[in-house]
Amino acid sequence: MAATIRYTEDHEWVRVDGDIATVGITTHAQEQLGDIVFIELPDVGRTFAQKDEAGVIESVKAASELYAPVSGEIVETNAAIVDDPALVNRDPMGEGWFVKIRLADAGELDGLMDEAAYAAHAG
Amino acid sequence: MAQHPMGDLRRTALHALHVELGARMVGFAGWDMPIQFAGILAEHAHVRGAGEGPCGAGLFDVSHMGQIRLSGEGADAALEALVPADIRALKDGRTRYTQFTTESGGIIDDLMVTRLGEDLVLVVNAARFDVDLAHLKGRLPGAVRIEVLDSLALLALQGPSAAEVLARHAGGVEGLSFMQTAEMDIAGVAARISRSGYTGEDGFEFAVPADEAEGIARLLLAEPEVAPIGLGARDSLRMEAGLCLYGQDIDETTSPVEAGLAWSIQKRRRAEGGFPGADRILRELEQGTARTRVGLRPDGRAIARTGTPVLAGEERIGAVTSGGFGPSVGGPIAIAYVPPAHAAAGTAVSLDLRGRAEPARVVDLPFVPHRYHR
Repeated sequence: MAATIRYTEDHEWVRVDGDIATVGITTHAQEQLGDIVFIELPDVGRTFAQKDEAGVIESVKAASELYAPVSGEIVETNAAIVDDPALVNRDPMGEGWFVKIRLADAGELDGLMDEAAYAAHAG
Repeated sequence: MAQHPMGDLRRTALHALHVELGARMVGFAGWDMPIQFAGILAEHAHVRGAGEGPCGAGLFDVSHMGQIRLSGEGADAALEALVPADIRALKDGRTRYTQFTTESGGIIDDLMVTRLGEDLVLVVNAARFDVDLAHLKGRLPGAVRIEVLDSLALLALQGPSAAEVLARHAGGVEGLSFMQTAEMDIAGVAARISRSGYTGEDGFEFAVPADEAEGIARLLLAEPEVAPIGLGARDSLRMEAGLCLYGQDIDETTSPVEAGLAWSIQKRRRAEGGFPGADRILRELEQGTARTRVGLRPDGRAIARTGTPVLAGEERIGAVTSGGFGPSVGGPIAIAYVPPAHAAAGTAVSLDLRGRAEPARVVDLPFVPHRYHR
């Protein structure tokens, strides 16, 4: 099955491949935040319920949170964005991913938005 | 990502130009103002002369600030009764930084005062304009006329290239020194030009008729060194310069002495008093204060925002009043109030960030050396 992308109301994206979900923030979110200067990510092995706070994103303007879009265990984090937070501004949907989560409940994906719904949500 | 409500926001004479230039607009102190154009980091670097390509002159719209002219006999002596600075000794064409103080020695607002002949021109904060105006009307004698200069826009050109760029359109401006003001033309338009600003860089603030402001802004923006700069970079620049923002670093509970502004109280006023709150302020000058404003550098990269508790061991000793990322410093910076025992540069403290104690140390202000043209 091809990877599918889903979006949350809090402007995270989730790309699912098998039972692994790669998570990041959307282009719209990084535009709203402006220059990102600090990112805090959770440790590998930690588990989160959907909508738990799973990271901190600080831009020059303000702090905001990364919420786990799905429940599961963190299996990988992106050290590159911790070293160079501006990578999220440059490539939010690609190299600027945040964490990979092993899905605890694939059914949660049904509650997230598809691209068209998110585009309408983000305005 | 909260957005401010857009209703009832006032617009400056440059509003349409900001929108045309692609600014992100936000509500600030009742005004619809540009927070950024190209991006805060790029704009900050541009003003410091550290950007890509020709740079070193940033154009700011500061028309939201209040401009008030006091005239009539004894205006200087009357204003002196409201501020701790020596206004009577202020020479023609000179500007001084001071504060309106409360009877208990707190700060109603901070302001710039310029003498132009017998008159005084005040520039005050947008958020405090109504309070300041009521204060002046209630306290100044009837012989002093109070005129709100709301037909004037206020622009700032800041950065190491500012003098060279502005001199192309206002010959002679390069001869002004820091905190000197002259009435002269910019491209044929009558202006009040001060060599001052709030970025720590050399630069100018100039008042021009509102209906001429866009033309002058376009003229300056056409210069290769000049870029439009929003309120976001203005805040990171003034923070690095160690300058106070009213409502964050100073308010009606902080005294000028606690805030590290004692330098703005000249000798004669210290000797004579005669300003609101003089009891407390003169006592603090002599005996010290219970808390003092300092700079903090977190060891890590996490950012301490306004309100972050400052700890010594387990004990809360103060709070961050302005905190953020210092683009020229290349890391987080913060301004906080701490007891004098913890105020010496090098003192280790910690910051309570989301429940975690992050180490930081006290540093001297400013974070980035001032480059005023003295």
